[in-house]
Amino acid sequence: MMTANAYELIISILKALNIFEPINNIFQKLGMEYVLKIIIVLVVIAILLVFVLLTVMFLTWLERKVFAVVQSRYGPMVTGPRGLLQPIADGIKLLGKEDIIPATADRWIFTLAPFIVFVSVFLVFIPLPFGKSLIISDLKVGLLYIIAISAVAPISILLAGWASNNKYSLLGAIRAVAQDISYTIPLALAAIAVVVFVGSLSMVDIVNYQGGYWFEIIPKWFIFLQPLGFILFLIAGIAEMGRIPFDFQESEQELVAGFFTEYSGMKFALFFLAEYAHLFAVSGIIVTVFLGGWNGPVLPFLPIQLTSLIYFLIKTYAVIFFTMWLRATVPRMRIDQLLNLGWKIMIPMALLNLLVAAFVMTAGVI
Amino acid sequence: METETLLLNMGPVHPSTHGVLRFKLRMDGEIIRDCQIVMGYLHRGTEKLGEMNTYIQFIPYTDRLDYISAMPNNYAYVKAVEELAGIEVPQRAEYIRVLVMELNRIVNHLVLMGSLLLDLGASTMIMWGFRERETALQLYEMLCGARMTFNYIKPGGVREDLPEGFIPKLNEFIKDMEKRIVDYDELVNGNEIFLMRTKNIGVISAEEAINCGMTGPSMRGSGVDYDIRKLEPYSIYPDLDFKACMRRECDTYARYMVRLDEIRESLHILKQIIDTIPAGKTVSSQRYGMAPNTGEPSAVRSYFPRIFTPPPGEVYSRIEAPKGELGFYIASDGTTKPYRVKIRSHAFCNLVALPKMVVGLKIPDLVAAFGTFDIVLGDLDR
Repeated sequence: MMTANAYELIISILKALNIFEPINNIFQKLGMEYVLKIIIVLVVIAILLVFVLLTVMFLTWLERKVFAVVQSRYGPMVTGPRGLLQPIADGIKLLGKEDIIPATADRWIFTLAPFIVFVSVFLVFIPLPFGKSLIISDLKVGLLYIIAISAVAPISILLAGWASNNKYSLLGAIRAVAQDISYTIPLALAAIAVVVFVGSLSMVDIVNYQGGYWFEIIPKWFIFLQPLGFILFLIAGIAEMGRIPFDFQESEQELVAGFFTEYSGMKFALFFLAEYAHLFAVSGIIVTVFLGGWNGPVLPFLPIQLTSLIYFLIKTYAVIFFTMWLRATVPRMRIDQLLNLGWKIMIPMALLNLLVAAFVMTAGVI
Repeated sequence: METETLLLNMGPVHPSTHGVLRFKLRMDGEIIRDCQIVMGYLHRGTEKLGEMNTYIQFIPYTDRLDYISAMPNNYAYVKAVEELAGIEVPQRAEYIRVLVMELNRIVNHLVLMGSLLLDLGASTMIMWGFRERETALQLYEMLCGARMTFNYIKPGGVREDLPEGFIPKLNEFIKDMEKRIVDYDELVNGNEIFLMRTKNIGVISAEEAINCGMTGPSMRGSGVDYDIRKLEPYSIYPDLDFKACMRRECDTYARYMVRLDEIRESLHILKQIIDTIPAGKTVSSQRYGMAPNTGEPSAVRSYFPRIFTPPPGEVYSRIEAPKGELGFYIASDGTTKPYRVKIRSHAFCNLVALPKMVVGLKIPDLVAAFGTFDIVLGDLDR
């Protein structure tokens, strides 16, 4: 049985359990079939939300642990086994904090900004295939949609920085916008080179294209076909996430906390969650576009949906670990150096990469 | 287009001003057009306290000046008192003093390297630095029971002799550090981003550095061969084989590398001291200003009076502390308390050069350049 997305997958599971028909009949008698559809869609969204939130909580714990290992310390150990409940303790603490809005701040925009950034990051997950048929919606313009939605987050950062009425926040916000403009372009150009080969913007098509093997051993991942594109995409992706060495929007040693200097309590927590959700999202995109997505050796006895999810998570966590390792090791660049790198090196390289890809494609080598 | 400059108040509560220092910056976007340093938030009147306490009572206060490296503070003050009163110090005590001071130089530079890299955004070095510092602090704990504020060096010698097991542990520390320092070197010279952030940043020429009155490693990074251990040798430094580390690049990178080289030199000095330290007393048996001693004082711990009165006069004595030249001026009026104590603080004098360096640079460069000054607010504001 082939299912295209998570909605159909749930229906097929219900059918396999022989409970879809009776439920459907009840709704049909009431003449409210659409209610059932809405309920199933809501269930899918709830599953995604819970999954991403749990992942994000786990990531905050993982980051501390990776840091601790690099720096020869233990990291959180007190809350739960090996400190696993630390994110929950943090969450409770942040919930209990007073929600301060500075007197001179623009109240509405100040309150709105964290929600915009949170929602925009979650929207990125919609066309992201977590596994075979584990996708909310296979948009035909998936990759374009992701790049477009990612560009919403800096707007909310600018709103947050401006509304705070704080000089550090404003500087952080200006940096974030400058950074995002100069890094979305190489990101998109590196992605277009992949699209040239696949001939489709759909994330599922990109994954399916990487399904086979060359010479029976080398998987057909784009990292081997597009090594330069992968490096550019990775660097631009890290800049997009705003993590060291490119975390200019925060850069606590210079700008105290950058754009969220004035935020406290749950509003701060929303920024914090969005940051880690963004880390997970961008790592997932890197895996989908360059590391073969959920492709991997087929395992017997297990449904393909489950094994593909496992492969996807393994690869994603590898990328996440790399970014954490990077963060623990290297210093931050300077904003003008970053912009130089973006405009003078990465964009020409990405264009060159695109040109080569187009030549290879039209010459029909692959 | 008409633009406005932005007045940015950096500090006194800011993550990278190393305490309660405040910069008043006039900014053109991200570029610094003017930098004013506002200090005094941690002023505790240490110099006045010097006038109100006896000569011995003031020693613990000197610990609280530059609390990262308290031993040289102790020594600088005690040296001035000894010069004022003409107290002789046994040879073993001098060896121990130089040993603890060089150990403190290593500790100080480890903290500096860590905090500088933290200012640049790399958070690992500070943990590594503190890991090695911990061993050194345990050594100090063995020696005098304290880890940061020692009150160890006193007029006429040191408080305690080296305890049992100190030298083997010190040997271990030296061996460990020699391995670690290779890591540190790789972390720096193998890191392109670090080089980008520090090379040609915060440049100050040798001439300007002299005019500003800079001293210590910050000045030697500008190619001025100025080390008081060489120029005005004190204690046992003339007998030791070491060189004053110097670099000619004049930038943040050079000032960092001078520190790294100085750790190597200090390890070299420590090894020499371990090999050549003589046996004997650790405190002078002079009974200063009291009746002449009749009997030989008991074993190693000999007696030195708690209260003594140096003759009227004045003295200025200086040493090469890890952060620069540390001088104590003491005027005596012949009573048990100094008439005046003046501290020539390295941080205060060095910091004059900062505004000259950072005009035209950006905030991240200010943080990087400022990080190499290695200031401690306790010492800056006194």
